Amino acid sequence: MEAVLKIFRGDATSGAFRDYTVPLDEGMVVLDAVHWVQAHQASDLACRWNCKAGRCGSCSAEVNGKPRLMCMTRMDHFPPGEPITLAPMKAFPVLKDLVCDVSWNYSVNRRIPAFKPAPPEADGTWRMQQVDIDRVQEFRKCIECFLCQDVCHVLRDHDRKDSFAGPRFLVRLAGLEMHPLDVESRGAHLKEEAGIGFCNITKCCTEVCPESIHITDNAIIPLKERVVDEFYDPLRRLWRRLRGSA
Amino acid sequence: MDHLETKTYDVLVVGAGGAGLRAAIEAVDQGVSVAVVCKSLLGKAHTVMAEGGVAAALATTDSRDGWRVHFRDTMRGGKLLNDWRMAQLLAQEAPARVRELEAWGALFDRTPDGRILQRNFGGHQYPRLAHVGDRTGLEMIRTLQDRTVQAQRIDVFMECTVARLLTDDGRISGALTYRRESGRFLLLRAKAVVLATGGIGRAYKINSNSWEYTGDGHALAYDAGADLIGMEFVQFHPTGMVWPLSVRGILVTEGVRGEGGVLKNSRGERFMFRYIPEMFRGDFADTEEEADRWVADVIAGRKAEARRPPELLTRDVVARAIAQEVREGRGSPHGGAFLDIASRRKAEDIRKKLPSMYQQFFELADVDITREPMEVFPTTHYMMGGVKVDPESQAATVPGLFAAGEVAGGLHGANRLGGNSLSDLLVFGRRAGAGAATYARAQSGEPGVETRQVDAITAELLAPFERKGSESPYAVQDALQDMMGTCVGIARTADDLQNALAALGELRARAGRVGVDGNRQYNPGWHTTLDLRNLLTVSEAVTRAALARRESRGAHTRVEHPDSDKRFGTVNVVVRRQGDAMTVVEEPIVPVPGELRDILEGKD
Ligand SMILES: Cc1cc2nc3c(=O)[nH]c(=O)nc-3n(C[C@H](O)[C@H](O)[C@H](O)COP(=O)(O)OP(=O)(O)OC[C@H]3O[C@@H](n4cnc5c(N)ncnc54)[C@H](O)[C@@H]3O)c2cc1C
Ligand code: SF4
Ligand code: SF4
Ligand code: FES
Repeated sequence: MEAVLKIFRGDATSGAFRDYTVPLDEGMVVLDAVHWVQAHQASDLACRWNCKAGRCGSCSAEVNGKPRLMCMTRMDHFPPGEPITLAPMKAFPVLKDLVCDVSWNYSVNRRIPAFKPAPPEADGTWRMQQVDIDRVQEFRKCIECFLCQDVCHVLRDHDRKDSFAGPRFLVRLAGLEMHPLDVESRGAHLKEEAGIGFCNITKCCTEVCPESIHITDNAIIPLKERVVDEFYDPLRRLWRRLRGSA
Repeated sequence: MDHLETKTYDVLVVGAGGAGLRAAIEAVDQGVSVAVVCKSLLGKAHTVMAEGGVAAALATTDSRDGWRVHFRDTMRGGKLLNDWRMAQLLAQEAPARVRELEAWGALFDRTPDGRILQRNFGGHQYPRLAHVGDRTGLEMIRTLQDRTVQAQRIDVFMECTVARLLTDDGRISGALTYRRESGRFLLLRAKAVVLATGGIGRAYKINSNSWEYTGDGHALAYDAGADLIGMEFVQFHPTGMVWPLSVRGILVTEGVRGEGGVLKNSRGERFMFRYIPEMFRGDFADTEEEADRWVADVIAGRKAEARRPPELLTRDVVARAIAQEVREGRGSPHGGAFLDIASRRKAEDIRKKLPSMYQQFFELADVDITREPMEVFPTTHYMMGGVKVDPESQAATVPGLFAAGEVAGGLHGANRLGGNSLSDLLVFGRRAGAGAATYARAQSGEPGVETRQVDAITAELLAPFERKGSESPYAVQDALQDMMGTCVGIARTADDLQNALAALGELRARAGRVGVDGNRQYNPGWHTTLDLRNLLTVSEAVTRAALARRESRGAHTRVEHPDSDKRFGTVNVVVRRQGDAMTVVEEPIVPVPGELRDILEGKD
């Protein structure tokens, strides 16, 4: 059994899809096929990977147009006999072949106001209940694959990287804002720097997240409510505070 | 060299895993300028893959725990070959390092009274691993990464690989690196260099490691003249995936056994009861009934009074047992052992406690671990051996060179306990950062870099482009991995090791003929070629050290010498460069002082 891969070869200035025929093995994933091409047909084919187990978020690409982790995408997921297309993420500039320049994400991260803990208890540690951290642990599952950034139309189609942090960093902000020990306030950052208003809740990000983080429902919508409360409805914010849900 | 991009720092940290990031944070806190370089993007280092947890005697889950017990477990797990001072520092300082992570935003799983929950792991007498489900490494690296980027004074160079260390009159003066993106060289001058480059797993075909793990730090240190110790001790983790081929070697966390999972052979027999070594006989359950009582206590969150199941013996013991069961014809369909948690825990508990394992098997192997057993076989996992360091400052034997984390040797002796690596990174990463900062501050003037030295190195690095097409770097790496698995694997004979040395000579010649296609931009063929040099160096070091240790101890098994030999229990095998030749010498280890010996003997 064989499969044909159509892989983007090129850089920021030019490129084209090229065909590679790869032998299939039981249980093979797309990343295995790429490695086979590297070892046998194109030793300079560029791709990123590390863990090969869906843990590190390095191997993101667009497989048949869908943002996916190549190491977690089985070859038998696709109809036999039909070619499989591999392209780099579209929302970021291509460096070479399947590798793109994701450095913008790291610069967004740098600007997020840091975690600031409340003072510890007398013994120098903190008590927290598991139920109170379950939600935040969900956000902290993020492996920074940037697939959600890739699919979000604000970044992908409108290229608003100047004013919108993207779903990945709204998840990170939610993780900080809902951290039971954190006392920093990031309302202004969310509104002005992260541009949370740009999100119009299409939920495309949630659909592609390999960690199944409920990006829109659990992170973005509650953050939007906070921003509304803080900037437009101080009374409601107070009310929420008193009820203990803010 | 005139056109070469150059930058100058006090401290250069090579590696952005737990050890490198912790070192950088400490160094910058001490007021020196710091750069971090790493082969991949930030946050993708091996540390991100750690699953089970970080070992620290916090005593939040079982109040009987304490540093003395942790020290004893670590030393016994290492078959007493550990650097005792490092083991002591690890046990004493790990709790503070874990709490510090919490102060930086990490969120560990909690006990019912709201403290850090700890889980059981092989070789640890009490539940000792602070964890976050089965993604502890991710939590740790993200916390350190955020802390690093917030400390605005640390410059991070991602996808930038150190090709050689530079020395000036016997002292470290910096490193020559290449950037993956452009293929261009970057010269980083520094007074001190901290190696935090991780392990060597890619020397073997079946391994749990990423492409980065080519023993770069070990080889860089060796080339610079530093001593390596314990290179014969390569940890084969007992439970790697075996099927399908695509996932062969990927890790199945020991957390599965910590949560009650059991090992069985094709006859349905829990074979580990037959493999309890003399040294541990009193500490492990000898009937299934007692082992089950222990699991029941643990699940209920009670202090376990029964002794622990033999599945939680140290990794060397479990790995050898699985290999023997398979060799003697009692293996699973794809040549492994069965690891069964489905029949032991409720499906929802499994999904909650081991979510990544559930997903990994479900998606990659079509196995639902809440319903059926997994198939597992040992996989190359961790390097106990490494750069010889001073236990307090992590200074190597070359002035200005420091090492921490997996690339450093000594702490784990002949076998590492699970969970002790993550605490190692924190405790000794911090110490290395402090050691390097202190050293750098004491140096007057900028380190010298010789143009001729740099020019010679860049010419050597670019040579493969001139030799188009004669040997493929991937084919040579493949052949090396096969050879190491066959000749320098779990059970070693003198003949195999001699054959390995001969084969390494041939492989080195082949590596010299490797040519690469394409240009310097993001070219994995070229990178693999450059990594080969390091892989060959560490493979030779492992082989020579394994030949020199004519006994079996911990992870090192010599077929002709199946027992431990008292004499070898008092020496380290040291690998050192002498001109172009690799030499191996035995050096006595510092004996354990009286009060610590009492702890080892249970007289504390
Ligand atoms: C699947 C898996 C699960 C594990 N689970 C656990 C666990 O539960 N508990 C535990 O204690 N341990 C565990 N371990 C072991 C532990 O994760 C590693 O030993 C540890 O993370 C190593 O950390 P480190 O900081 O030394 O290096 P790493 O995290 O590996 O980082 C090495 C860094 O060095 C960089 N580097 C390497 N060479 C160069 C070069 N030439 N130039 C520039 N940069 C370079 C790399 O890019 C990387 O950034 C596990 C390991 C694996 C593989
Ligand atoms: S829900 Fe918001 S963040 Fe997510 S893809 Fe849609 S617009 Fe982007
Ligand atoms: S939120 Fe999900 S999709 Fe987005 S970067 Fe994180 S893991 Fe990837
Ligand atoms: S290689 Fe790590 S997520 Fe694919």
